[in-house]
Amino acid sequence: MLRYFFKRLMFLIPVLFGVSILIFSIVHLAPGDPAEVMLGPAATQEDIANLREQLGLTKPLYVQYGIFLGNALKGDLGRSIKSNAPVMEEIMERFPATLTLALLGMTFAIVIGLPLGIIAALKQNTWVDALCSFLALVGFSIPNFWIALMLMLLLSIYIPILPSSGFDSWKNLIMPTIVLGIQTMAVIARMTRSSMLEVIRQDYVRTAKAKGISDRLVLTRHILSNVMIPVVTIAGLYFGHQLGGVVITETVFSIPGLGRLIVDAIRAQDYPVVQGGVLFFALCVGIVNLLVDLLYAVLDPRIKAQYRAAK
Amino acid sequence: MNSERQSIVTLSAADGKTREKRRSPWWEVWRRLRRNKAALVGMTVVVLLVVVAVLAPVLAPYDPNQTNMTQRLKAPSSAHPLGTDNFGRDMLSRVIYGSRISLYVGFVAVGIGAIFGGILGAICGYYGGRLDNFIMRCMDVLLAIPQIILAIAIVGALGTSLLNLMIAVGISQLPRYARVVRASALTVRGQEFVEAAKAVGASDARIIVENILPNCMAPIIVQSTLGVAQAILSAAALSFLGLGIQPPTAEWGSMLSSGRQFLRQAPYLTFFPGLAISIVVLALNIFGDGLRDSLDPKLRQ
Amino acid sequence: MNGPLLEVSDLKVVYKTYEGTVAAVNGLDFSLHRGKTRGLVGESGAGKTTTALSILGLVPSPPGVIESGRIVFDGRDLLSLPEREMKKIRGNRISMIFQDPMTSLNPVVTVGVQISEALVAHQNLSEAAAEKRAMEMLEKVQIPGARFKEYPHEFSGGMRQRVVIAMALACNPALIIADEPTTALDVTIQAQVLELMRSLKDEFSTAMIMITHDLGVVGEVCDHIAVMYAGRIVETGTLEQLFRSAKHPYTTGLFRCIPDIEEETSLIQPIEGLMPEPLDLPKGCAFHPRCPRCMDVCRTTLPPASEENGHRVLCHLYAGGGAHA
Repeated sequence: MLRYFFKRLMFLIPVLFGVSILIFSIVHLAPGDPAEVMLGPAATQEDIANLREQLGLTKPLYVQYGIFLGNALKGDLGRSIKSNAPVMEEIMERFPATLTLALLGMTFAIVIGLPLGIIAALKQNTWVDALCSFLALVGFSIPNFWIALMLMLLLSIYIPILPSSGFDSWKNLIMPTIVLGIQTMAVIARMTRSSMLEVIRQDYVRTAKAKGISDRLVLTRHILSNVMIPVVTIAGLYFGHQLGGVVITETVFSIPGLGRLIVDAIRAQDYPVVQGGVLFFALCVGIVNLLVDLLYAVLDPRIKAQYRAAK
Repeated sequence: MNSERQSIVTLSAADGKTREKRRSPWWEVWRRLRRNKAALVGMTVVVLLVVVAVLAPVLAPYDPNQTNMTQRLKAPSSAHPLGTDNFGRDMLSRVIYGSRISLYVGFVAVGIGAIFGGILGAICGYYGGRLDNFIMRCMDVLLAIPQIILAIAIVGALGTSLLNLMIAVGISQLPRYARVVRASALTVRGQEFVEAAKAVGASDARIIVENILPNCMAPIIVQSTLGVAQAILSAAALSFLGLGIQPPTAEWGSMLSSGRQFLRQAPYLTFFPGLAISIVVLALNIFGDGLRDSLDPKLRQ
Repeated sequence: MNGPLLEVSDLKVVYKTYEGTVAAVNGLDFSLHRGKTRGLVGESGAGKTTTALSILGLVPSPPGVIESGRIVFDGRDLLSLPEREMKKIRGNRISMIFQDPMTSLNPVVTVGVQISEALVAHQNLSEAAAEKRAMEMLEKVQIPGARFKEYPHEFSGGMRQRVVIAMALACNPALIIADEPTTALDVTIQAQVLELMRSLKDEFSTAMIMITHDLGVVGEVCDHIAVMYAGRIVETGTLEQLFRSAKHPYTTGLFRCIPDIEEETSLIQPIEGLMPEPLDLPKGCAFHPRCPRCMDVCRTTLPPASEENGHRVLCHLYAGGGAHA
C-alpha cells in the first residue's frame, strides 16, 4: 500500500514538470518587461538593460527555464518583483488562510450536499426531490461572486451580523465558506442523488432487504457505502476546481490568501509570483488527487486488492 | 448512410417496447426532449435570451453607454426600471446589451475549446499509442491547474481583451472535449464500418470527419451546452476581477465589479447583472441536463 | 401445524408504467407444505420472480402494486402484516436466494458481516456470537470459516452462491425461496450447488420454492410443480403427474424442449413464437397464439380450471373433465 502510494506520487512528477513548462511559457509570453516594471517609468534605457542582465533575462529562454526549474526543485521560486521577498515565503505566509478556507468550504459542501442528494434520491419523483435537485442546480449555476455580494448585502448591511471583510475571527469565515463551498455542494448533491438511484436498484440492496435488517442498516451499510465511491471521486476532482474559487472569495472578502496573491501579481506583472503561485496550486491539486486515490482504497476493497497486487 | 446508422443506434437505445417508425435520430431526440418539461423551460429561456441579445438595439430604451450626470445612482423607477449607475447610464439597457457579450463569449470560447479539444481527442482515440499518451498527458497538465487560475494566467500574459478572454476560457475548457471525443473515438475505432472505410482506402482525416465525429456528436453537444454555461461564468468572473472585459463596455461581470463599491447605496447595480448571469447559466444547465437525458438515456452519469 | 406452511390464493400483482398497467401475476393459487419443495416453472417474464417478491413483501413500489389476494404463511396473512412485522419474518422465517451471485452480494462488505447481520437482527445474538455462527454457516457450505473476513470479489461464482445459501440458511428459516439459484453458474458448478442445497434443505428440514426454467433442476429437487405462463399457473401437480402425464400444451411443449438421451431422435422441438408482450396480452387463453392445439374458444374465453387428484390444468381441452390427451 505504501509502495503504491509512492508509485502514484511518482506520477505526479511529470504532471508538475508539464505545469512548470506551461506556466513558464505563459508568463514569458507576457508583453511587459519585468525590468521595466521593476524600475518604473522614470528609468533610463541603460538602467533597464543592466537590470535585465542582472535578472538573467538576456539569456536564451531554455536556459532561463533550466535555472527556474533547478531553483524550484530546491524550493526556491525566485523573488517577487514587487516586494523583493522570496516567492516561497510569500506563498507560505498566505497558504494557511487559503487552506483553512478550502477545508471549510469542502466540509460545508459535504455536510449540506450529501444529505440533499440522499433525500432527493429517497423521495425520487416527489416535490421534495424536485426541490432538492433544483436547489443543487441553482447552487451550481449562480456565480459565486454574486452570492458573495448578496450575502454581504444581506448579512453585513441589511442585518449587520457578520463582518464583510478581514480574517480575524470565526465570524469572518462564515460567508467565505458558503461562497467557496456552494458549487461543490451542488455537484456533490447531484452526484449523490444519481449514485443513490443507481445503487438502490442493485441486487445486493434487495438481498439486504430480504434479510429483514433495519432500514437504517440497509441505508448506511449497503447503500451509502457504495454511493460514497463515485461521490468521493467527484468531490476530489471538484476540490481542485473549488481551490480556484479562492481567487474570487479572497478578493471579495479581502482575505490575504494565495488566490489574491496571484490576482494581485498578475495585475502588477509580478511574474515570479504568478509562476510560483500557479505551480503551488498545481501541487495542491495533485496532492488532493493522491489523497482521493488512497481514500478510494479505504472505501472499495476491490481497489485495495489491486493495490496489493501492484506491490 | 451515417444518419441511418445513427437512427438504428438511437432506436435500439430507446425502449424496446416502443415500436416507432424509423425516423431521423433528431426527431427521436426531440420526442424525448418534449416530455421533459424542465428542459423545455430551459430551452425557451435560452432562445429568449438569444432573441434579446440580437434585438438589443431595438429593446434597450437607452444607449447603454450614454452617461447622464444628472441621473446618477437613481433607484429603479418607471423611467429607469433597473435604475442608473454612477455615470447615470440606464441599467436596463446595459443589462440587455450585456447579454450580447456574455452569449458571444460563451459560444466562441466553447467553439474554440470544442474544436481544438475535439480534434485532439479524435486524433488520440483514432491513432492511439504514443501520440495519444502524449496528448492526454498534456491534457492532464491543463487539468492540474484550477480552470479559473489557468484562465487568469493566460489573460494576464496575453493582455485583457475580448479575444484573449475567449481564448483563455476556451483553452481552460479544452481537456473536457478532448476526453469526451477520445472516449467516443475509442469505441468507434474498432468497429466494422471504420474497418470498411479503411479497406476502401479512405484517408484517416476523412474517416475521422465522416465516421468518428458524427458518432461523438451527442456527447459533444451535451458537453458544449453545459460548457457554454461554465464559460459564461468564467468570463464573468474574470471580468469581475478586472481581467476580462474592461469598462465602460456593458458586460455583466464588470458591471457587478463596478457596482460593488455602491453596494450600500445602490444594491440594484449588483443585483440585476448577477441575476442575469444566474438566469442564463441556470437555463443552459437545465437545458443541457435535459438534452443529455434525451440524446442518450444511458449517457447519464 | 397440520395446514400448509404457505398458501397463496388469488394473488394479483400489477406494475403501473407510463405505457400502461402490466399484470405480472394474475390470480395465482398454490400451496406448500412444511419441508416440501415446490417448483415454479416458466419462461422469463411469466411472473415467477414477482411471485417470490410478493411473498417477501419486496415488490418494488412504485411501480408494483399488489391488487388482491392472500399469502398465508404459518397462519398469518403476510399481505396484511405491517412492515415492522414483515421485517421479523424476512431473512428469519422466510429467506431468499437470488439468481446472480455476482451481483447479489454487496461488494464493499465482508461476507462474514453479510451472513451475520440477519442473525444480529433476528436472533438477538451479539456481534461475536453472530460471527461465530457465520463461520459455522460458511463451513456448512464447504467454505473455510476463516474466510469470513474476505470480500465477495475474492470468491469464485460458485463460492459466492454458496455464501448466498449460507446467508439464507443462517436463521434456520421455515421457507427458502430460490430464484434461479444455478442459472448464472457453470454447468459443473450447478450440479454441486444443487446437491448442496438439497442436502442442507434436508438437514434443516426447510420448505422451498424453487423458481426455475430448467426442468432438469425441477426433476432433481421438487416434490410439486407449478407451471406459469403470462402471470397464471397453467398446470400444477406432483412431480410424477407432470413428468408422466403433462396435460397443458405449454407444459408438453416445455418437456419437448429437453433433449432425451434415450430416444433416437434427439431433435429438440422448441415452442414456436415468443411470450406475449405483457402490456398486450391476447384475449382468452394467453397461450393461444403459440398453441399447436388452439381451438376457437381459446381465442375468446379464459379457460376454466379442471382438476383430477390434485393435478390441475387451465386449458379448454380438459374443460369439464373432457378428453385426455
